[in-house]
Amino acid sequence: MMKAKVYITPKAGILDPQGLTIERSLPALGFEGVSNVRVGKYIELELPDGDAGEAVDQMCHKLLANPIIEDFEFELVSE
Amino acid sequence: MAASQQTEVESVRFGVVVFPGSNCDADSYDAVRTFAGADASYLWHKDNDLGELDCVILPGGFSYGDYLRCGAIARFSPIMNSVRRFADDGGLVIGICNGFQILLEAGMLPGAMHQNEGLKFVCKLVNLRVENNETPFTTGYEPGQIIKVPIAHHEGNYFIDEAGLAEIEANGQVIVRYSDETGETTKAANPNGSLGNIAGVCNRERNVFGLMPHPERVCDEIVGGTDGRGVFESIISAVTAKAATR
Repeated sequence: MMKAKVYITPKAGILDPQGLTIERSLPALGFEGVSNVRVGKYIELELPDGDAGEAVDQMCHKLLANPIIEDFEFELVSE
Repeated sequence: MAASQQTEVESVRFGVVVFPGSNCDADSYDAVRTFAGADASYLWHKDNDLGELDCVILPGGFSYGDYLRCGAIARFSPIMNSVRRFADDGGLVIGICNGFQILLEAGMLPGAMHQNEGLKFVCKLVNLRVENNETPFTTGYEPGQIIKVPIAHHEGNYFIDEAGLAEIEANGQVIVRYSDETGETTKAANPNGSLGNIAGVCNRERNVFGLMPHPERVCDEIVGGTDGRGVFESIISAVTAKAATR
């Protein structure tokens, strides 16, 4: 089996209200100078070996990410 | 209304798709049957067969719990294959709120939805400016007419890339925009940060329409307004006009 770790983030230029809210909150805790906070999703899944990379790529395009507003990348780890 | 007209209206058949998590299905059903006087039936999301219909309504709610993204799972329901074929054949499809999100995820309408700019669920009456009344869904309104319709959503922040925006603007696919009472599309009148104050769009062929506001919730004076009736009456007019030319 392979484990896929999929990272989905809002595309550059897309407003990310969650990221912005976090960015604005950090100085209140004394963390100055933080910029470009972006909040995304992390999806973990297991699938059979073989064309795992191709399969995960298809999953991302078809369901896991919305390519209009989100970018994705993934890594495969042998279990 | 003359008896023959009444019969004509009754013969217009709406189908309301019920997904697990739909919660505006009954409002849509009532808006059609009670206030517009047409026929309505529920369609189960696992079914494939739409039967004989003139218009499909994808109602508001939280299909499949809105897991992953709003509408992302619902677009794979068996019934959506039939809805897509129905639309491809020229059938009228309207998606309200979650229904709009489903149509976007299904690629049946251009663009995508993300979280409201203010990160809050917004539930209130808003003013909408009718941008294009030459669609089967809006002939009941005047161009530029301001109507009051409620919204209730957390992800109604409409986005489309620059080229896509230019295209839908040029094609008259932006059907309603958030505005103030005078029709100005100000930032203050935009409840969710939608690009260009866009509240609803249609496809290029004008037979698929999606909007975040809920016209079905303002069809009765008892709930504070009837501005939503125009949408359903427009659909009925379009269907009966088409039938008359056959």
